[in-house]
Amino acid sequence: MTTTAPTRRTDAPRTPQGKLAKFFDDRLTAARWTRATLNKLYPDHWSFMMGEIALYSFIVLLLTGTYLSFFFDPSMTEVVYPKNGTYVPMHGVTMSAAYKSTLDITFDVRGGLVVRQIHHWSALMFLAAMLVHMCRVFFTGAFRKPRELNWLIGLSLIGLGIIEGFVGYSLPDDLLSGTGLRIADAIMLSIPVIGTWTSFLIFGGPFPGNIIIGRFYIAHVLLIPAIIAVLIAAHIGLVVIQKHSEFPRRGHTEKTVGGERFMPYYMTKATAFFFIVFGVCAALGGLAQINPVWLFGPYTPSQVSSGSQPDWYMMFLDGSTRLFPSWEIRLWHHTVPPLFWPTVVLPGILFTLAGAFPFIEAKMTNDREKHHLLQRPRDVPVRTGLGCMALTFYLVLFLSGGNDIIAKAFNISLNAMTWGGRIALLILPPLAYLFAYRVCLGLQRHDREVLEHGVETGIIKLLPTGEYIEVHQPLGPTDEHGHGVLPYAGAPVPKRMNQLGASTPLRHIRGFFYPVKEKPEIQAALDELEAREQAEVESAEGPKQLTD
Amino acid sequence: MSDHRPEEGPTADELRQMTSEEAMIASAKAAGVHVIHRRDRFPIRGTRAEKRAERGVALAFAVSGLAGVAFIVYFIVGHWRWHLPGTSQDFQYYTPILGGTLAIMLIFLGIGMVLWVKWLMPEEEVVQDRHDGPSNDEDNLMTEATLVVGFEDTGLPRRGLILRSLMFAGGAVATVPLIALVGGMLKKPGSQLLHTLYRRNSKLFPNSDGMVPIVDGLWRPVSPDDMEPGAIATVFPGVRQKTAWGTDGLTDAASPTLLIRLRPGQTVKPRAGQAGWGWPSESPEYIAFSKICTHAGCPASLYEQQTGRLLCPCHQSQFQVLEDAKPVFGPATRSLPKLPITVREGDDGRLYFYAVSDFHEAIGPGFWERR
Repeated sequence: MTTTAPTRRTDAPRTPQGKLAKFFDDRLTAARWTRATLNKLYPDHWSFMMGEIALYSFIVLLLTGTYLSFFFDPSMTEVVYPKNGTYVPMHGVTMSAAYKSTLDITFDVRGGLVVRQIHHWSALMFLAAMLVHMCRVFFTGAFRKPRELNWLIGLSLIGLGIIEGFVGYSLPDDLLSGTGLRIADAIMLSIPVIGTWTSFLIFGGPFPGNIIIGRFYIAHVLLIPAIIAVLIAAHIGLVVIQKHSEFPRRGHTEKTVGGERFMPYYMTKATAFFFIVFGVCAALGGLAQINPVWLFGPYTPSQVSSGSQPDWYMMFLDGSTRLFPSWEIRLWHHTVPPLFWPTVVLPGILFTLAGAFPFIEAKMTNDREKHHLLQRPRDVPVRTGLGCMALTFYLVLFLSGGNDIIAKAFNISLNAMTWGGRIALLILPPLAYLFAYRVCLGLQRHDREVLEHGVETGIIKLLPTGEYIEVHQPLGPTDEHGHGVLPYAGAPVPKRMNQLGASTPLRHIRGFFYPVKEKPEIQAALDELEAREQAEVESAEGPKQLTD
Repeated sequence: MSDHRPEEGPTADELRQMTSEEAMIASAKAAGVHVIHRRDRFPIRGTRAEKRAERGVALAFAVSGLAGVAFIVYFIVGHWRWHLPGTSQDFQYYTPILGGTLAIMLIFLGIGMVLWVKWLMPEEEVVQDRHDGPSNDEDNLMTEATLVVGFEDTGLPRRGLILRSLMFAGGAVATVPLIALVGGMLKKPGSQLLHTLYRRNSKLFPNSDGMVPIVDGLWRPVSPDDMEPGAIATVFPGVRQKTAWGTDGLTDAASPTLLIRLRPGQTVKPRAGQAGWGWPSESPEYIAFSKICTHAGCPASLYEQQTGRLLCPCHQSQFQVLEDAKPVFGPATRSLPKLPITVREGDDGRLYFYAVSDFHEAIGPGFWERR
C-alpha cells in the first residue's frame, strides 16, 4: 500500500484553534488577514462610547423592529375595533388597520408592549447618541483631515436617522402621529413651485389619502435602514482604515495609536457594552411609558390634543416653526408660506453649514496637514465658541418646541414664551460664542500659568522680610528664575497636588477613585518608546504650539 | 490588512520554538502592534484575590441568568390581559417586570464581561503604528500609469462622438428609472386643494337647491337650538358618499369646520365682502370657519369664548374670531376661511344649518399656487 508524501508532522497545528484556523486558511488563505484583524487596536477612551451607543441602539432597533413587523399591519383600510376586543374604551371605534394592529401589539400580544416601547426608546437613544457623538467629534477636532469624509457620512446618518424616526413614528396612525404627518404635508405644500406636486406624489392624492402608511412602512423597514446600515459600514470601515484619533499622551502621537487589541479585550468589552446598551433600552422600555397610542385614539383630521409634542429630535424644527414670524411672500398670484423658511430652508442651512465646516475651517486656518491627535476644546477657542453658538441656537429652538408646556408648567404667558424665544434665538448664540471664547482663553492661561509657576500647594510661607508667599510645586525642571520650562503639549496639566505623580494626561480620570501609579516596567518601556519617537521627530519639525 | 508591512519577523522554525505568548506578541508586531507591557494580573495562580475576582464575575453572570429565568417565568405566568378600571389591575406590572428582568439580564451580562476583562484578563499597554503616510512613489506612479493607459485604450480622449453618445445613453439609463418611479407616483393636484365637500351638489341634495347640510360627528343635522351662547362645535359637510380617496364628510381632511355661537353682545367685524355670511345674515350670531389652521394644517380648536380668541395647539397661532378669524399672534398669516351658512326648516319643523356654498378660498396651509 503506497501513500502520498506524508505531511511533516511538525507542520500540523497542535491546538484546536490552530486546526480551526488551518481549516479556513486551506480554503480562504485567511491567516494573515485574521492575525492582523485580531491584533488591531481599538480605542479605549470613554468619549468613543457615544458612537458605540449609536451603533448598538441601531442593532436593538433592527432586532425589535423585526419582531414588531411580525404583528404590524401597514394598511389604512378602515376597520372597526371589535365589540369583544381587549381594550374596552375602543369598542366600536372606526380606525385604520395600522392603528388596530398597534393596539393588538399592545394588548393582545404577550410582551408586545415592552418590545414596542424598547423600539421607541432605542430610536430616541440612537439619535441622541449620534448627536452627542457629533459634538465630541466637533469639539475635539476629530473631523479634520483625513476624516472629513467620515464627518459627512456621520452627518448623513443623523439626517437619515431623523427621517427614519419620523417615518416610524407616523406608522401607528394615531392622533398624535397623524397630526405630525399633516404638518409634514403642510411643509411639503410650502415648497415653492413643486410643493403641491410633491405632496400629491408622496400621499398619492390629497392628504391623507389611503396609501401613505404602506409607503412609509417600506421606507421605514427596508429603504432607509438599508441605507443607514451601508453608511454605518462605511463609517466604521473608514475608522478601520484611518485608525481612530486620540488625545495626545505618551504612545499616542501622529505616528502611533494607542488602544486595546481586538482579541480578547475589545471584542469582550464591545459585546458587553452592546448588552448594557440593550439593557438600558429594555429598562426604559419596561419602566418608562412612551407614546401610549391607545390613549390618543386613531387619527381623525378634526381632532388634536393640546400639548402635542413630537419626539425630541423633531422638537428643534417644531420650535423654529413656532418662533418664525408670520411673514408670507405673495408675488404674481403666488404664495411662499411662512412655513417654508423654518422647516425647509433652516434645516437645509444647518446641515449645509455642518457639512462644510471641516472644509471651511481648513480654508480659514490654511491647514492642509493630516491630524490624528485630538485637540482640547480650550486650545481652539474659535471652534469651541462656534460650537457653543450652534448648540445654543439648537437649544433655544428645542426648548421653544415645548414652549406651551413650559408656559403651562411655570405659569408664563404663552405669547411671552414665543417672544422670548425669538429674542433669545438672536441674542444668546453670539453671547454663547463670546462666553465660550473667554472661558477657553482663561483655561489656556491657567494651564500656562501652572506650567510656568507650578501647582499651588496651599502652603503659605512667611519670608524673613515679613512678606507672605504661597509655595508652588514646579511640574518639571525650572530655569534660573524658578520658572518651569515644560512646554504645553495639548494635554491636561495637573492643577492640584493630588494630581501630581500621575501627570501623564487623563490619569486623573483613570485614577478617579484611587491614584494610578505607573509601574516601573511600564515607565521604562514608555520612556524607551518616547526616546525613539523623539529621535525620529527631532530632525523634522519642532513641537507645535496649539494656541489660538 | 493592506496597510501593514511586517518587519523582519521570526521564521516559522523560530515561531515553533516560541511559547504561544511569544508567538502572539510576534504576530502583533507583524501587524505593527507593539505590546509595550503585558502582565498576568494574578501571576501566582489560585490566590484569594484571584478567587474573589473570579467569584465577582461569576456572580454577575449568575444574576444575569437568574433574571433571564425570572423573565421566562413571569412571561408565562404573569397576568397580562388588560382589564377595565375597577377590576384587578395586576396586568399593569407585566410590562415593567418584563422590561426590568430583561434589563437586569442584559446589563449584568455586560457588567460581568467588563469585569472579566478588567479583573482577570492580563493587563496590556499597546500601541500600533499608524502607517498613515501616502502610498510610496512606486505605487503612485504605477497606479497613475495604469489609469492613464486604461483611459487611452478606451480611445475616449480622441473619440468625442463615442463619449458624447455614451453620456447621452448614460443619462437616459439613469433618468428612466427615476421617471418611471416618479411618473408612477405623480398625481396632478389640479384644483383639488381649492374645493371641499361643501360644494353645492344638486344631485345629492335636490331638496335644498344643492346646499350641503351641516352635520355633527354622528351625522346628526345641526340646529341653532343645539348650541348655548358662546358654544363651539366641530361640524362637517353631511356628504356620506365616499370620495375617490375613500373619505366622506366626516373623515375628509379638508372638511372639519368650527361652528361658533357668539355670546350676547358680541358682534363680528367681517372681512371685506364677507358680511352676512353667518346666521341670521343681518347680524350674525352663528358663524362658521374652517377648523384647519392656515399655518400647518392642525385643527385649531382651543376657543376662549370671553375674548373670542382661537388657538391652534401645534404652533400657537391665534385667531380673533370677532374679526372673522384674523390671525393675531404666532406664525399664521391668513384668516381662517369663512363658510357662508344659512338655515332651512326641516321635516320636524326645526331649523337646520346648511352651507350656502363652498369656502371661497383654499382651506388649510398655504401653497405656491394659492393667490
